Amino acid sequence: MDLEFQGITVNFATGGVEIDHSQPPVLMVHGAGMDRTVWSQQTRYLAHHGFSAMAVDLPGHGDSSGELLSTIDEMADWLAGLIRSLDLGPVRLVGHSMGCLIALETAARHGDVTERLVLMGAAAAMPVHPDLLGAAERNEILAPQLMTAWAHGTRAHIAGNPTPGLWMRSGCQALLERAADGVIYNDLFACSSYEAGDIAGQVKCPITVIVGSEDKMTPPKATAQLVAGFSEVELLHLEGIGHMMMLEAPDQIREMMLTALQ
Amino acid sequence: MVEPDYLKFDTLSLHAGQEPDPTTGSRGVPIYQTTSYSFVDTEQAAGLFNLEQPGHIYSRISNPTVAVLEERLAALEGGVGAVFTASGMAAFHLACATIMSAGNHVVASRNIYGGSHNMLNLTMPRFGINTTFVDPRDPDAWRAAITDDTRVLFAETLGNPGIEVLNVPVIAEIAHEHGLPLMLDATFTTPYLMKPIELGADIVMHSVTKFLGGHGIALGGVVVDGGRFDWAASDKFPTLSEPYDGYHGISFAEEYGHQALSMRARAEGLRDFGAAMSPANAFHLLQGVETLPLRMRRHVENTTAVIEFLEENEAVSWVSHPSVSSHPDHELAKELLPKGAGAILSFGITGGREAGRRFIENVQLASHVANVGDAKTLVIHPASTTHQQLSAEDLAAAGVGEDLIRLSVGLEDPEDIINDLARALRASQKG
Ligand SMILES: Cc1ncc(COP(=O)(O)O)c(C=O)c1O
Repeated sequence: MDLEFQGITVNFATGGVEIDHSQPPVLMVHGAGMDRTVWSQQTRYLAHHGFSAMAVDLPGHGDSSGELLSTIDEMADWLAGLIRSLDLGPVRLVGHSMGCLIALETAARHGDVTERLVLMGAAAAMPVHPDLLGAAERNEILAPQLMTAWAHGTRAHIAGNPTPGLWMRSGCQALLERAADGVIYNDLFACSSYEAGDIAGQVKCPITVIVGSEDKMTPPKATAQLVAGFSEVELLHLEGIGHMMMLEAPDQIREMMLTALQ
Repeated sequence: MVEPDYLKFDTLSLHAGQEPDPTTGSRGVPIYQTTSYSFVDTEQAAGLFNLEQPGHIYSRISNPTVAVLEERLAALEGGVGAVFTASGMAAFHLACATIMSAGNHVVASRNIYGGSHNMLNLTMPRFGINTTFVDPRDPDAWRAAITDDTRVLFAETLGNPGIEVLNVPVIAEIAHEHGLPLMLDATFTTPYLMKPIELGADIVMHSVTKFLGGHGIALGGVVVDGGRFDWAASDKFPTLSEPYDGYHGISFAEEYGHQALSMRARAEGLRDFGAAMSPANAFHLLQGVETLPLRMRRHVENTTAVIEFLEENEAVSWVSHPSVSSHPDHELAKELLPKGAGAILSFGITGGREAGRRFIENVQLASHVANVGDAKTLVIHPASTTHQQLSAEDLAAAGVGEDLIRLSVGLEDPEDIINDLARALRASQKG
């Protein structure tokens, strides 16, 4: 689905189903350098299970046009504007990695647009390895390679894709390689310079956080630190799963989402 | 500088796509000899049929043994996904049928496997898809042949019969300049000798029957999806970019993006054309893929030894292989195929058609078959077999001289291969 918003085309995957205003809306936000397709194992399922499911491409990502937004705050403000323009009321906002920071900041700054949050691969701070940041700045293929290497648990580097015929590692690398020059650097820089401040004091809606035991990008310790600040929060664990949990453990994530979103 | 700690090629050849069986602990890949899979409940069944959740339904569409092989080949090629088929020809057809419809056009190298040439030249036109054949070494010819209807550029990494080396980065750039994908048949190189996706190819197919299987016991084909081509960037590929009624209005590019081709080829192509690989064949081919790097290293070593022998033999008038300095692609091969230019070569025998016939009748170790890429050494003399109905002039036009012998060098002790060839070459000259 394409939508014109603030002069740009915003692209969504909706699971091949038209948005139905009578169904509770779920908006999914991808991480650094990625796009809507990271939710490919959830979007269509949710769309056929009682939700208006929308996986958005951020400006300059995937098939959305527009300039890149360079800070998490800008991304959150943009997203809140987009949600208001959808006219579906407050949404269940689902984030992955950088998408978690955007979701948290959206809920903190624009509490009226978020009904609840579901966060995967979340941390209050997301420092980025200097070699990765450097490779991203130079638009080197090393950046997609390092991100792919770190973003998957041990198992996902060998096997275990439940979708017959798909190979996870190259799937992730190809997705990142498709990002235009400058996109990965923009996003990683936004993540590394983000400061959460008193985010826990500002977010009023309930939160579910899902953490993978083998997540090297937002390790369980960092997720625990984030969660500690919140009172109304549910923490769910996935054993042996890395940062790309929606693709590494799609069946479990679908079930967790279905429960958390209801 | 940190490096990505990816598992390496030899490791992936053995492991990619398989974990020990969760119920039995079986370390070998089990043969899931079944046609169908029990559903948990109607809700899950509906979800599977509607592409809402992944899993196996029916072995025409997917099978757990075949899926191991698919993940493994995608891993070895660096592709986002792979779909296995009953044969190499089925893979070629599946790829074409997934991205094209009547009215579309192909630009293809003229130096390709005869079966692929027949399909493009004679069969596909019946379904409204026409092909212009070009000299693979001539970038301008590729460019000039592209029309508004063109949807894919197609060639072999190593051609037939001259073992032409395709300049993959150059032809990929021409394709991409025109918003088109480059599809390569990489049967002769395997991912061990060349990774076409890294060089710019978008779709890679193999006759897995050959070096990948390696033992000459099972047919198979594969389409590997590179995942870098943007199918939604134009309106040229509606099968991928437009809603499809076959699955309640899904758009494969919108939902799966970089994995759209893999998903559509299976969901439509295997479902409707049905050229599925059998689980038993997948098992046989897996045994071959496990030792691919070891075998390819040995194929290349043996080929080098055989070429050295042939170049010195007085019954041999010429030897054609990219590793030979007189081959037109010798320099390009060094650049694109640093680990070797494969194990298929041709040579000219003094005494023409008759000497060729006598040579073939006198080899004892080498097998006289219409195949390549076996663990065993294979020979054929096209002028007295596959092309025997052609005149000398027609043979020359097909690039197959009366004196041409094609050799697929196997894994025997190189001395034994050479002794066999030497004996048959001596006999060929005693007319
Ligand atoms: C280069 C090449 N491509 C494709 C094929 C067709 O493969 P199959 O025989 O597995 O259908 C062959 C078979 O000889 C081949 O040599």
